[in-house]
Amino acid sequence: MIEGILIGLETAFSLKNLMMVMIGCFSGTIIGMLPGLGPMTAIALMIPITYGFEPSTGLILMAGVYYGAVFGGSTSSILINAPGIPGTVATSFDGYPMAQQGKAGKALAIAAYSSFAGGTIAAIFLLIAAPSLSKVSLAFRSPDYFGLMILGLTAVSAFSAKGHFLKAMMMVVLGLMLASVGQDTLSDIPRFTFQNMNLSDGISFVLVVMATFAMSEALTIIFKANDPTKVAKQISLSELGSIKLDKAETKKMVSTIPRSSVLGFVIGVLPGAGSTIASFLAYGMERNFVNDEEKQKFGKGSVNGLAAPETANNAACSGSFVPLLTLGIPGSGTTAVMLGALLGFGIQPGPRLYQTNPEIFWSVIMSMYIGMVILLILNLPLIPYIARVLATPRTFLIPLILFFSVTGIYLMSFNNFDIYLMIGIAVVATILRLYDFPMPPLILAFVLGGLMEENLRRSLLISDGSWSFLWDRPLTLIIMLTILLIVGWQIYKSFFKKL
Amino acid sequence: MKISPSKIISLLFFIFSGFYLYTAHQIQVFTFDENAAFNAKTFPIYLGYAGLIFSALYVILPETKPSNVDLKVLDYKKTILLIILMTLYGLTILRAGYFLSTSIFLVLSYVVLGEKKWFWIFILSFPFVAIFMYLLHGLLNIYLRDPFLQFIGIMG
Repeated sequence: MIEGILIGLETAFSLKNLMMVMIGCFSGTIIGMLPGLGPMTAIALMIPITYGFEPSTGLILMAGVYYGAVFGGSTSSILINAPGIPGTVATSFDGYPMAQQGKAGKALAIAAYSSFAGGTIAAIFLLIAAPSLSKVSLAFRSPDYFGLMILGLTAVSAFSAKGHFLKAMMMVVLGLMLASVGQDTLSDIPRFTFQNMNLSDGISFVLVVMATFAMSEALTIIFKANDPTKVAKQISLSELGSIKLDKAETKKMVSTIPRSSVLGFVIGVLPGAGSTIASFLAYGMERNFVNDEEKQKFGKGSVNGLAAPETANNAACSGSFVPLLTLGIPGSGTTAVMLGALLGFGIQPGPRLYQTNPEIFWSVIMSMYIGMVILLILNLPLIPYIARVLATPRTFLIPLILFFSVTGIYLMSFNNFDIYLMIGIAVVATILRLYDFPMPPLILAFVLGGLMEENLRRSLLISDGSWSFLWDRPLTLIIMLTILLIVGWQIYKSFFKKL
Repeated sequence: MKISPSKIISLLFFIFSGFYLYTAHQIQVFTFDENAAFNAKTFPIYLGYAGLIFSALYVILPETKPSNVDLKVLDYKKTILLIILMTLYGLTILRAGYFLSTSIFLVLSYVVLGEKKWFWIFILSFPFVAIFMYLLHGLLNIYLRDPFLQFIGIMG
C-alpha cells in the first residue's frame, strides 16, 4: 500500500497534474456556482478535453472539477439561495440567512473549512477502505455483478427521485435501450441501427451526457426563464464581510465535523444515496446533537447547521468513489459520468484496477486530497472575485454552454449526424425534466448497459439459461433481497402509506 | 376525463417500448445462436418488456406526486428559436467551417435571448471563437475543418 501511495503521490505531484487539479478546481467552482449547473454538467463539458490527455491526468482533472463544482454549488447556495446542485440545498438553510446578516464571507469560510475537513477525513477513509474492498470484491462473480448493477440502478431511482420511482425506472430502461443501439459486442450483429452507418458504433456516451445535462440544462433555463419561482435573488457581491472565524465558531465546527464526515462517507459508499441524502441526514443529525439554545438558531444562521451538511456532502463525494474504484460500479450519476470517461480511456475500473493500473488508482485518491487543499488556499481568498460569475447574464451564458456542447461532440466525430442526434435527445430530455423524469438514472443505466448485458450473458450461459443464478450464491441472494426490499419499500411508501 | 402530461409521456413510452420490443424480435442472429441461452436479442427483449411494464404501471396506478407545470409561463419562442439555431449550426459547421458558423451561431443566439450590448456580442463571438480555435488547432493540435479560413488563406 505504501508503494502505491508513493506512486500516486509521484503522479499527482507532477507539474502537469498539479496544474490540472488547479484548473479543474477553478473551472469546477465557476461552473458549479451557476444555478442549475452541477458537477455532472461540469464534468460532461470537460470530457472532450480530457481525451487528449493520459488517463491519470484526465481523471485528476475531472476529480478536481467534481470537488470544485460541489464547492461552487455551496457558494451560490449561500450567496443567492440558489443551490447549484441538490447536494447543497441543506447548505442554504443556514448559509443564506448568514449572508443576509452580512456574514457572507464567514459563511463561505465555514463552508470551505468544513468541505476541506470532510473531504480530508473521507479521503483517509478511502485510502484505507479501497484496497481492502478491492481484495474482497475479487470474490465477486458475474451473477453478483449483475445483481449489484440492478441494485445500483434501483437505489439511484429510489433515492434520487423522491416520489417519482416509476418515472426513474422508466428512465433506467430508456438509458439501457439507448446503450443497446449499435453492434453487439460479441457477435457484431447490428441492433437498432435501422441501416444507418452512423449508428453502427452505438451512441457516444459524451453525446448522451452533453445532451441530457449541459444542453438540456441550458434549454430548461431558457424555457423556464419567465417562471417567477425560478428567478434567482441578487445580493450585493461587493461586500461579503470578513472570512475570519472566532474561537466559539471554530469550537462548534470542531465538534460537528468528525461525526458529519463519518456519516457522509458511509452514505456516499451506498449506491444511489450520494451527497444530497448525506447533507440532509447530517443536518438532521446535528440538530439532535446540539443543545436547545443552538437548536433555536437552526435555519437562522447556525454555524453547526452550515458546517454539518457541507462536511457531509464532501465526505459523500469521496465515499461515492469507493464502489466506482473497487467494483467498477458507480453509485451516483456523477461517478457514472466518470466511469464512462474511464471506459473511454480504455480502462475498466474494478477490483483489478488496484493491481493493473496502480498509478491511476492512487493518483486519483491523492489528487482528491490535493484538490481539497487547493480549494482551501486558492478558492477561498478568490471567492469575492469568482462570485462575480453569478452576475454573468443568461443571454451570454446559455449560448456559450450550447456552443461548448456542440463543439465537444463535433470535435469527437466531425459528423453532423451526431449534432442532430444530440439536439434531438436534448429536446426530449428537456420535456422529460419538465415533468420530473430524472436524468441521473438514465445516465447510470446508459453507462452500465454494456457491462450489465455482458454479466447477464455470462451468468445465463454458465447456468445453461436458468435464472437460478440469482439465488444460487448467498451473495447474489443477499443483493437480490436488498433490491426487493427497496422496491417493496417504494411501493409501500407510494401507494399504501397514503391509504 | 383529464389525463396528466406525465401519464401521456408514459403512454408514449409504452408505445415506444412496444416498437423497441418488436424491433428486438427482428434482430437477425446467427443460425447456431438461435437457440442459445443468450444471443444478441435476449437483453433487448427483456428491456422491451421492462419498458412496457413500468410505463403501464405508471399509466394504470394513481399518481402519488403529480408534476405541476404552469405551461403559460414557459418561453416557447426563445427555446424553439435556439433549437432551430443549433440545427442550422449543425448544418453549416462542415460546409461553412467552424469559425464562421460558430461565430454567427453565437451572435444570433445572444440576439435571440435579448442581448443588446453589441460590444460584448462582438467580443464573445468572432474574437472569442478565434482564440478558442487557436487553442484547439494551434496549441492542442486538434484538427478543425474550416473551408472558409482555408479559402481566405489563414488556415493551411
